[in-house]
Amino acid sequence: MAAIYSLYIINKSGGLIFCKDYGSAGKMDTNDSLRLASLWHSMHAISQQLSPVNGCAGIELLQADTFDLHCFQSLTGTKFFVVCEPGTLHMESLLKYIYELYTDYVLKNPFYEMEMPIRCELFDINLSQAVQKDRVALLGR
Amino acid sequence: MAPVAPRSGDVIFANVERVNAELFTLTYGAIVRQLLTDLEEVDEVNKQLDQMGYNIGVRLIDEFLAKSNVSRCVDFKETAEVIAKVGLKMFLGITATVTNWDVEGTTCSLILEDNPLVDFVELPDTCQGLNYCNILSGVVRGALEMVSMKTEVTWLRDMLRGDDAFELQLKLLKQVPEEYPYKDDE
Repeated sequence: MAAIYSLYIINKSGGLIFCKDYGSAGKMDTNDSLRLASLWHSMHAISQQLSPVNGCAGIELLQADTFDLHCFQSLTGTKFFVVCEPGTLHMESLLKYIYELYTDYVLKNPFYEMEMPIRCELFDINLSQAVQKDRVALLGR
Repeated sequence: MAPVAPRSGDVIFANVERVNAELFTLTYGAIVRQLLTDLEEVDEVNKQLDQMGYNIGVRLIDEFLAKSNVSRCVDFKETAEVIAKVGLKMFLGITATVTNWDVEGTTCSLILEDNPLVDFVELPDTCQGLNYCNILSGVVRGALEMVSMKTEVTWLRDMLRGDDAFELQLKLLKQVPEEYPYKDDE
């Protein structure tokens, strides 16, 4: 099965609010993750400006020889992105599903403060289940 | 291609988790009652309900977007329709009619066909200034603000005050562009 390397969630101002590494390859320390998140935020914004057509929503997929990066931005400006093995399938539906988990287990937690780093155990649990379970099941959604 | 936005929230309503309507109504009643006791002034209660609604709205919008598959609305008219037909259905199990558009297309009214919040409520004489459902207006305002629309949401008609319907007025004040301030010359 193709592997997911890591998952990031960035708030609408470009701050990293969630980061998780899966597997041993490509582990990063917190500072590097923060830097990478705000860099991606800016690149995403620049990509919108580069578009010759109005209404561009920014980079959705970045492909490199060693990894794919799939990005999903909600209409409220929160960005979710996964870094995975090249050619991993169903990442769009996984990201959408993670967005749903975020609305359920993060935003509905009364003690979670908006735009702040996510420390919600229920979210962690449900997230690891979603990432681990056979993602073919997500295709039907 | 993006999926076509649903014109009705029936399917979503059938699929989300729901609570007993009576429990919901009574819980809301208890909140309003407690606020009246704590704040004493009816105006303060209206303000507090609106603020509570706002706090709910800024979070609830993401759930709405995540579960409804609604894509970006082209104009405020479409936004109002989506609130009336999809949003209210998804969270309250009701729908509304959108009417009373002004010429600029920035102000309209939602006429609620039903309102589960008020099922057992009779306003006493001491609370005549109370906008019992003010939490709803706050929710709508908060939700729209997160998708870059500054709005003013007010109750025009309230059956608890003897009117013949529930009428919620939406007024678009301004649309905040999502552009980043990256221009070099600024």
